Amino acid sequence: MAEGNGKTPAEAPLIGVIEAVGGAVGLAAYESHEGYAAARTALTSMTPAEVIDLVKEANLRGRGGAGFPTGIKWSFVPQGDAAGSGPKYLVCNADEMEPGTFKDRYLLERNPHLLVEGMILGAWAIQASHGYVFLRGEYHAAYRQLQDAIDAAAAKGYLGKNIVGSGFDFELRIHRSGGRYICGEETALLNALEGKRAQPRQKPPFPPASGAWGRPTIVNNVETFCNVPAIIRNGAEWYHELGIGDDAGTKLYGVSGRVKQPGLWELPIGTPIREIIEEHAGGMQDGYALRGILPGGASTDFLVAEHFDLAMDYGTIQKAGSRMGTGTMILMDDSICPVDMCRNLEHFFAQESCGFCTPCREGLPWVEQLLIDIEEGRGKEGDLELLDRNAAFIGGATNTFCLHAPGAIEPLASALKYFREDFEEHIRTGACRYR
Amino acid sequence: MSEPAQDLAGADLIPTLSPEETAAIEEECSHLPDRESAAIDAMMIVQRERGWVSDASLAAIARLLGMSVAALDSIATFYNLIFRQPVGRHVVMLCDSVSCYVMGADTLRKQVEEHLALKMGETSADGRFTLLPIVCLGACDRAPTMMVDEDLIGNVSAERLAETFKGYE
Repeated sequence: MAEGNGKTPAEAPLIGVIEAVGGAVGLAAYESHEGYAAARTALTSMTPAEVIDLVKEANLRGRGGAGFPTGIKWSFVPQGDAAGSGPKYLVCNADEMEPGTFKDRYLLERNPHLLVEGMILGAWAIQASHGYVFLRGEYHAAYRQLQDAIDAAAAKGYLGKNIVGSGFDFELRIHRSGGRYICGEETALLNALEGKRAQPRQKPPFPPASGAWGRPTIVNNVETFCNVPAIIRNGAEWYHELGIGDDAGTKLYGVSGRVKQPGLWELPIGTPIREIIEEHAGGMQDGYALRGILPGGASTDFLVAEHFDLAMDYGTIQKAGSRMGTGTMILMDDSICPVDMCRNLEHFFAQESCGFCTPCREGLPWVEQLLIDIEEGRGKEGDLELLDRNAAFIGGATNTFCLHAPGAIEPLASALKYFREDFEEHIRTGACRYR
Repeated sequence: MSEPAQDLAGADLIPTLSPEETAAIEEECSHLPDRESAAIDAMMIVQRERGWVSDASLAAIARLLGMSVAALDSIATFYNLIFRQPVGRHVVMLCDSVSCYVMGADTLRKQVEEHLALKMGETSADGRFTLLPIVCLGACDRAPTMMVDEDLIGNVSAERLAETFKGYE
């Protein structure tokens, strides 16, 4: 599974302690590797503003896929009298469901105290009194590990009232989700947390101004929170030195598909795509050649051979027309039909649409049906132009409430560009040569 | 909110929550700003006890939370992990998302359907298994994957299905 390549916790702040302990990290083991030292330092000797400034200086960017700077997000939360009366909320998005993504489950199952400590630091920074981990309903092992960790942390005075004698109170609870990919969209997640249907909300207002139950709320990904304790302990300069290129820190990178060693690795952010696939994942299995990758989950544009020497960081992958997303890449080998792979992807997105906006509710099933027809030899002249037109319309970021539909179209629009001859051949011959 | 559950007549809809279920739901409510916010938690609590959420359970939960049954059902039917129909003793959820697709999930699906003599969405006549598709289970390095009840199973092999399902009686 995840391998730090023998790195120490200082070199691999996310999984180094898991490596050192050799399995799931309990409270005593976590504490013996500087665990909760950052929480103690921050709550007893740093102001919330100092914590936010340090996370800003470290240039930690959201690891859930969007890459928004975490410290800047936290700074949007009103403080003091400006916050009005009532609680502020800190929410962890642990609803990992982006197809091809398997990083947060690893952290939740192996080192839940790292997440708990990251959330204590986030809570102190925005002065939140209540926190929730919004956890995928299917993540049963993660639930058990995390609940044990929360109970153990509370018993030791790291959660609850007067944390480490600082006078600060923070209650942390788990919400086990009822399912649906759309819960990963942060305002849909907040509706689900409130017990409602998970339909995205109109923005603005954004959650830092009005989130859960109408109160200021921050939502961050599991991996994002897990980066914070080491930043507090070791500082922004140390964090910058971990990364390659413009971005700071490490990243959990994953590879799935027909490689020799599929897996997950903590590497300097900005590690080249080719190095991740060939050195860490062991290269392609014998008899398979690599044609394309979805770099960061199902909702990211395909990249092809010309891109494989690029660095896996936010800016570089964006310049290449895609997104680093979750950093866990899915490989399309030469035995896979690009049309049929798009059919699989668009089936997922059509199914997971919340149904509120017409382009998404009606457009995605239409696209899926066109792809089924083309794949099964019923494609007609003009179908590709129809797919192009739908892709442009559904992918228009201002045509829908949230970004589900634009994300859904990214792999298709890029496949129509890079693998167009496959689509044309299906229509011309009425057959799929991959079958 | 509207008066709870008054529109429901009939013996089969008499609320039936156990004291343990009620206590667990009340515990959730005590940590939330209002009772309706516990709607999903409450249905999941009842489903963990009973396997699914019946009309009677739905009415009982709605009454407990002070919501209309219709409002609660609109929430229940949004979420794929809340079952509004009975399921078998074991629920098999086979991943059909993209990493598993690349590793042969479409073929595996046919093999699992054949092995269990079930199509997706069906429950076996003896009530042993319900077979459902599921989206990415977050174990893509071990694709293809599935869940049986709370157990995540990776590297699912068509040749070893009998062995895999052994123990789920």
